[in-house]
Amino acid sequence: MYASGKYNSRGPALIPRMKIKHRIYYITLFSVVLLGLVATGMFQFWPHSIESTADWTLDKRSIHDAPLIRLPVSSPIPERGDLSCRMHTCFDVYRCGYNPKNRIKVYIYPLQRFADELGVPISSTGLSREYNDLLSAISDSDFYTDDVTRACLFIPSIDVLNQNSLRIRETAQALAMLPRWDKGMNHLLFNMLPGGPPDYNTALDVPRDRALLAGGGFSTWTYRQGYDISIPVYSPLSADVELPERQPGPRRYFILSSQTAIHREYRAELERLKEENGEALLLLDKCSNLSQGAASARKRCYKGQVYDYPQILQESSFCVVLRGARLGQATLSDVLQAGCVPVILADSYILPFSEVLDWKRASVVIPEEKLSEMYTILKSIPHRQVEEMQRQARWFWDAYFSSMKAVGLTTLQIINDRIYPYAARTYEQWNNPPVVKWSSVNSPLFLPLIPPRAPGFTAVVLTYDRVESLFRVITEISKVPSLAKLLVVWNNQNKSPPEESLWPKVSVPLKVVRTKENKLSNRFFPYDEIETEAVLAIDDDIIMLTSDELQFGYEVWREFPDRLVGYPGRLHLWDHEMGKWKYESEWTNEVSMVLTGAAFYHKYFNYLYTYKMPGDIKNWVDTHMNCEDIAMNFLVANITGKAPIKVTPRKKFKCPECTAIDGLSLDQTHMVERSECINKFASVFGTMPLKVVEHRADPVLYKDDFPEKLKSFPNIGSL
Amino acid sequence: MQAKKRYLILLSAGASLILLFCFGGIQVPLSRRGPGRRDDHSLTGYHPGAPWRRLQGYLKVFSTWEKDHDFHEDISPRQKRDSNSGLFTGRRCRMESCFNFSLCERNGFKVYVYPQQKGEKLSESYQNILSSIEGSRFHTPDPAKACLFVLSLDTLDRDQLSPQYVHNLKAKIQSLPLWNEGRNHIIFNLYSGTWPDYTEDLGFDIGFAMLAKASISTENFRPNFDVSVPLFSKDHPRTGGERGFLKHNTIPPYRKYMLVFKGKRYLTGIGSDTRNALYHVHNSEDVVLLTTCKHGKDWQKHKDVRCDKDNVEYDKYDYREMLYNSTFCLVPRGRRLGSFRFLEALQIPSTVRSIHQDKILSLRQQTQFLWEAYFNSLEKIVLTTLEIIQDRVLLHASRSSLMWNSLPGGLFTLPQYSTNLGDFPFYYAKLGTKPYPKFTAIIHMVTPLVSQSQPVMKLLVAVAKSQYCAQVIVLWNSDKPLPAKHRWPVTSAPISVIEGESKVINSRFLPYNTIPTDAVLSLDEDTVLSTTEVDFAFTVWQSFPDRIVGYPARSHFWDSNKERWGYTSKWTNDYSMVLTGAAIYHKYYHYLYTTYLPASLRTMVDQMSNCEDILMNFLVSSVTKLPPVKVTQKKQYKETMMGQSSRASRWADPDHFAQRQTCMNKFANWFGTMPLIHSQMRMDPVLFKDQVSILRKKYRDIERL
Repeated sequence: MYASGKYNSRGPALIPRMKIKHRIYYITLFSVVLLGLVATGMFQFWPHSIESTADWTLDKRSIHDAPLIRLPVSSPIPERGDLSCRMHTCFDVYRCGYNPKNRIKVYIYPLQRFADELGVPISSTGLSREYNDLLSAISDSDFYTDDVTRACLFIPSIDVLNQNSLRIRETAQALAMLPRWDKGMNHLLFNMLPGGPPDYNTALDVPRDRALLAGGGFSTWTYRQGYDISIPVYSPLSADVELPERQPGPRRYFILSSQTAIHREYRAELERLKEENGEALLLLDKCSNLSQGAASARKRCYKGQVYDYPQILQESSFCVVLRGARLGQATLSDVLQAGCVPVILADSYILPFSEVLDWKRASVVIPEEKLSEMYTILKSIPHRQVEEMQRQARWFWDAYFSSMKAVGLTTLQIINDRIYPYAARTYEQWNNPPVVKWSSVNSPLFLPLIPPRAPGFTAVVLTYDRVESLFRVITEISKVPSLAKLLVVWNNQNKSPPEESLWPKVSVPLKVVRTKENKLSNRFFPYDEIETEAVLAIDDDIIMLTSDELQFGYEVWREFPDRLVGYPGRLHLWDHEMGKWKYESEWTNEVSMVLTGAAFYHKYFNYLYTYKMPGDIKNWVDTHMNCEDIAMNFLVANITGKAPIKVTPRKKFKCPECTAIDGLSLDQTHMVERSECINKFASVFGTMPLKVVEHRADPVLYKDDFPEKLKSFPNIGSL
Repeated sequence: MQAKKRYLILLSAGASLILLFCFGGIQVPLSRRGPGRRDDHSLTGYHPGAPWRRLQGYLKVFSTWEKDHDFHEDISPRQKRDSNSGLFTGRRCRMESCFNFSLCERNGFKVYVYPQQKGEKLSESYQNILSSIEGSRFHTPDPAKACLFVLSLDTLDRDQLSPQYVHNLKAKIQSLPLWNEGRNHIIFNLYSGTWPDYTEDLGFDIGFAMLAKASISTENFRPNFDVSVPLFSKDHPRTGGERGFLKHNTIPPYRKYMLVFKGKRYLTGIGSDTRNALYHVHNSEDVVLLTTCKHGKDWQKHKDVRCDKDNVEYDKYDYREMLYNSTFCLVPRGRRLGSFRFLEALQIPSTVRSIHQDKILSLRQQTQFLWEAYFNSLEKIVLTTLEIIQDRVLLHASRSSLMWNSLPGGLFTLPQYSTNLGDFPFYYAKLGTKPYPKFTAIIHMVTPLVSQSQPVMKLLVAVAKSQYCAQVIVLWNSDKPLPAKHRWPVTSAPISVIEGESKVINSRFLPYNTIPTDAVLSLDEDTVLSTTEVDFAFTVWQSFPDRIVGYPARSHFWDSNKERWGYTSKWTNDYSMVLTGAAIYHKYYHYLYTTYLPASLRTMVDQMSNCEDILMNFLVSSVTKLPPVKVTQKKQYKETMMGQSSRASRWADPDHFAQRQTCMNKFANWFGTMPLIHSQMRMDPVLFKDQVSILRKKYRDIERL
């Protein structure tokens, strides 16, 4: 290619050297290659071009391209909804199968338009933007499958969000024509505005047989508990208006009523409340001078004064959500978005997603009859709670109300939780806002249990080759009455443990496990040999603890089985100069860690350390051959939110900090490294979980003026 | 040369073509790999099986705007409510339509029990239900004040074949003057219907009454109206109740068996398919599901091929042994228990096996919590039923599900105190918050102020000097008039004086509104405490906000000679009470003490002017199931201080001690069990008595004599 160009540029002088035949040959070749390159580029960068050509028209898809189905007059109509339907009677869970991911598969029918024999469509709006958003969100989610045979839940693309725009009979006929309808089994319909004048049913009037209904505005009479899902009425304002989150706290107005279609009887009642309580209550209505429509949706008036809606909601602590013609009100969504605590006056209304959401933490429900007492009732709510409710309200909106996507996926998640109850999201996952999720703890050992003394504890001694010291430790520990078993973790791969005959004779079983690698984390492995709940981790050089001290430590552990209960205490401090954490082993008045050179703890934490340690902490410990005890303290404090318990007075411990061969210098590097560990772990945990306390546990009569021989644990604190 | 060039060019062209294919440029043949996808698409792109795709372009927005005329011509909401209550009755009853809320407005949630009619025989269980209600704080003897009514006709067993069946119930109930078609009545029932169809009909018209019923099915359960209660045997204890059997949280949490069941197989009729299918899953190793065909007189008639083999297997295993040693227990439906189709029969073992260890651990503990909080005695079942109904009546002051489902449970978490979780001592960890970092001291005074050197003056100064003290409240329970304001010492924390109205001892535990903090430091007037001690005790309390943290410790023991509980103030190696003469605890316990405990116990305490501290310890330990926390003290409490103050007379009185023994037994009797728990440890400052310079110690005063 290059050559030919060069020749060309050199001018005609060269041409005669080449035969015409060759020139044509080169040019053809050149253009073929060029064409190929261009084609490659086109294929590579053309969007979705790898899929079949039919999809190229995707961008131009519109509702009018959907095939039109004409419904014969005689087309069958499904039965009315069956009020006795429950998941175990009207839903075929076998379709969902046992699924390792515990996730239901959802199929969405392709879009079709339906009309009666005369060509009049079954719906005046057709597919609404909201329903399109909803279905699109589902199709983008993990729930979605396009394989109809694998699906466990079917969603028609017939939009029934608003019953007002539907022709009921024809819509029902259209549903019955769906290829997998089968009496509506495993079909899910979304409806936000049910019923119609004059009596406004609280559930969709379209006959739907066994189909599940995700409905806005259910009453306790139409809601099939454990089958239907109560969903919010989506507020289209959400997409248009941005209301930044506000800090919880008192606001300008105490109570705000912003709804426009309030029955005159209730409006009169509200006016009366307003007269009694004046400024605390703001009572808005629609603006009479504005025509109805989009603009008027964004304005509210009181005596000629115009307020911006929904912004005004942010100025109030409580916002009234009163039943209108329907129970479900879009106002609820606006109110939550504004972080205003909804005051719900709609008797028998099933609140949105109440199957999983704890509305008592985010709203106040008052019987309609007590509307006149609303002010007194709300005044009795403590400030702290109002703030918590404000935060909770906003969180509900963020997570479950903010978009059609949120509404749709929450609905599917609820159904998913029913089908795989053992993998369901917990109360905390549903209800705790991120800030609470982050700072709260749910201790895995939450039941207040004081385990019986009898099973005793298993002492786990980590050793490398200090056999003499190890044997002394074993002899000392074996005197502790509650010792059940000794487990020696032999961490030296190059040397075998001493012969059986050389070991000290002890009255409890003694097991030696040999490890494959010399790793510190071996001491925290949940060995099957540990049959007791209580584990005593002890170094092979801790010989100064008396039998009384160890037994007492075990007794204290029984009272605090979810904590680390240990002897040498340590502290973490914030170094203001360096702007980082510092490790402290001096005689301090505070404790935030106990060293696992001698500590009791629950075997569960071995399991956590080995399998659930966050980040690369385990590897860090193993490569640095240090800080396994700090890591354990972090782990336990993080999951329980509790400080460790230091027992008995301080002694001179033979510990890494004190056994430095090389005096000060090594001692210092050791301390520096341990400070490093604290900073490293704090950054992995994303927080500083350690808790500082100023107390330690001693026997009740410790140092009391009382005959020593009558004390249960006389030999405490002696050196 | 020419040929070489030609070949080179040919080669490079070929190479570039191959490259093109490799980069996926020319892919026409490859795109056919999808399962005929290309053919799926008709020209429009819509075809059964086509995936859903977002539609572009303009779509109408659905409007939530309610049209005015739709509504304004509507009947008034009040009328609508009234018509509802006419419409939704019987099986469609809800609180809104079948319950008269106005009865509860004047006197709160009070329960009336009909007087027992002569000659009417009640089963022991029903008798116990009635006495539990009568012993509770909800009971009222005046029907005019009541909001809920309970029949004294035994409705527990409505199986016609049962000897307990009460005949003519219909007529008897209709003749009750207060019946009012069953409005605001609650009917307790355990068994209904009989062989062969086991309907859930009670055999009489319950009208507007609520049902508290065992094995109620979703078809008949009226949500937000009925209450589903557990099926209990006639041996179920009335009060107290055993703690759960879980003693250990073993790791790994698996037990010998994964899943067990042992029970009858009905062979035919209602509920038989479920149990007949169990043998598919049984593997006699870790999944042991045993059924017996021996049921009723004529089981031989229905006997099937597996019966003989099953019966042999059945007898091989001990039921108790199986329950204790199994990770999960299967609860399949029986004749009555609802109509739950046995959905995942064949999947259960794999489902069960997929449950994570952590989940098992927490589920297991949760079963124990639920058992102890709501199920282990008849009294708890009954109280839970009443509290559930109360939550519906006092809608805005009801429990959140967190209160019901986490420790210590709904019966101890009274929403009338507060609906804010942060106001209780139980949820700090769950909310990621801490208690307010100050305390309020309440000093209980019964002797007049005579001199400035009285011990109480020292105490006032010492306590108010604490950096954590927000307020000192003097509760003036002396018969003498209040001393003049200037006679109180001047302190940094404000002192306020409350004059006790009734001058009774329980008034020290009244939930005063003037307590601004979460923590209360309760003090006797003769208590001797230094500021350091108070400071230290408060820092300890912050770690244990749900317990009593304090100084004077006492112990209880079982006196096997006298067969009763004993109380000792001797020095012992353990303790189970911390006296409230010098203790810090959460303010909520004042409320609980005043409202939760029955009037009978509180009157007893007032009359003796004694034991209020013991009762408080009983209460707190029954809530927490944990011992109190003793902190170290500078000098010995009371024993050494006796004689210094006139108040000591109370302690010197020989009757005083005997009274306390009596109290222990009276209280244990009401609680139905001994809630106190022993502890062997005490909390000392970290450097307490350590061999290090006293100047390094923060709480050095505690060590000084």
